[in-house]
Amino acid sequence: MTKGFYEIVSNKMLALDTYEMVLRGDTSSLKNPGQFINIALEGLYLRRPISVCHYEEGLITIIYKVVGKGTRQMSEMAAGEKLDVLCGLGNGFDVTKAEGKRAAVIGGGVGVPPMYDVARRLIKNGVRVTAILGFATKEAAFYIDEFKALGAEVLVTSDDGTLGIKGFVTDALKGTDCDYFFACGPQPMLKSLHRTGLPGQLSFEERMGCGFGACMGCTCHTLVGDKRVCKDGPVFLTSEVTFDE
Amino acid sequence: MNNRLETTLSGIKLKNPVIPASGTFGFGLEMAEFYDLNILGGISLKGTTGEARYGNPTPRIAETREGMLNAIGLQNPGVDTVVTHELPAVRKLYDGVLLANISGFSVEEYVTVAKKFDKAPEIDILEVNISCPNVRHGGMAFGTDPSAAKEVTMAVKEATNKPVYMKLSPNVTDIAAIASACAEGGADGITLINTLLGMVIDPRTGRPIVSTKMSGFSGPAIKPVALRMVYQVAQAVKLPIIGVGGISTADDVIEFMSAGASAVQVGAQNLVNPFACPDIIADLPKKMDEYGIKNITDIIGRSLTL
Repeated sequence: MTKGFYEIVSNKMLALDTYEMVLRGDTSSLKNPGQFINIALEGLYLRRPISVCHYEEGLITIIYKVVGKGTRQMSEMAAGEKLDVLCGLGNGFDVTKAEGKRAAVIGGGVGVPPMYDVARRLIKNGVRVTAILGFATKEAAFYIDEFKALGAEVLVTSDDGTLGIKGFVTDALKGTDCDYFFACGPQPMLKSLHRTGLPGQLSFEERMGCGFGACMGCTCHTLVGDKRVCKDGPVFLTSEVTFDE
Repeated sequence: MNNRLETTLSGIKLKNPVIPASGTFGFGLEMAEFYDLNILGGISLKGTTGEARYGNPTPRIAETREGMLNAIGLQNPGVDTVVTHELPAVRKLYDGVLLANISGFSVEEYVTVAKKFDKAPEIDILEVNISCPNVRHGGMAFGTDPSAAKEVTMAVKEATNKPVYMKLSPNVTDIAAIASACAEGGADGITLINTLLGMVIDPRTGRPIVSTKMSGFSGPAIKPVALRMVYQVAQAVKLPIIGVGGISTADDVIEFMSAGASAVQVGAQNLVNPFACPDIIADLPKKMDEYGIKNITDIIGRSLTL
């Protein structure tokens, strides 16, 4: 983990309430796609955890949806301003587990961003990728062309049928020959993907205190013991998790 | 080393008065990835019970202005695992003062856990949490009644030869009465305060945010309450005090020590800034210079006569 001030390079609206921000700063603590950063904001006590969409030497792209005071404040910031960031948190996805497989890379809503670098890494490793991107509605959709530009086959779903397949990501998954998947999205989406029995990796969301494993605020039950979503996760194998109450 | 910052608790020397508070620092192992723990005056380890506990369902965390609420519910691996795994691991990384923080649901459980930490060579001080607001039938129930507080103190004192610090709850009418009862029970020191019982509700749905509905409020917002209680307890008992509650700066440390604390704990701030303790320790000598303070111990309790 690194802590520092990261300069905003750009901050623009991508879709309904959805923004893309590029930050400049130390990326040395980022190792895997699906890790996150924790951002301090003026007048708000706890940091805001946001998943990393893409990173390269010294630059981090995040995509966030305005859902409250913190993300509202972020959306109003301009290039040149600085953010106090804890970088390189969480385990991230292990793309090596999909070697020799047909991989589905599945994102739902604000679960889409971290899947971008997953797809990019897989394709770089020679894995054939089908990206399944689920959105509530057409106005909320983003990054479809970016996934296509990576060389992924892209399937889009929308809850209301205004874009792509009307229905859920699981409906789109059924029509593919994928035998492994990576996913990030709302809990019900992860649950229905888990129920397919296909092996893969799931990225979870939970209210966090610290983001680095100290407070035990985000602990969940798994089949391999109690795990902190922030430190032991947010990514867990399908074989490790249970959705039973 | 900078001797100006040195302080003592029951004859045990601390290189400085700054101790991360229990529950905000795990068993030190995560934080050791960020900095060398040896700069810390002490470490109060994660609250430990007789058996392993998962704690409360999530969400366990909520935010408020200048603070946060938590209802972890004493998640810990149980005293046996702590003694065999966590203590040797943290001791390997840290040569300063280690406080075991013990919790229980009965006097017997406090005693069982205390006996096991008494035998652990890594532990210097037992801090007895009679103030957890996030569990039923235990924790805070012992810290809101003077006779129960005295009973736990006496029982733990009998179970150990190590110094016993009772960690008090602010959720009482008369904090001095509880502290006095602990003193009568033989306590070697007092740690205060634990979190204030609080609540956050989602205005859209009316639903409480934290799963337990009510939970423990901490952070800078509670500092004036904590400071006032340290001041009251310093007048009521002759025991060393560890002041805790909303500390996030070197100035806060100086205020708590002026009110009567011999050392302090930093809690919620560790979660917001993992470097909170090293930052405060680095700032302390500068603030002392600015205020003309030679040694940090010179100011302990100075506000009591002003």
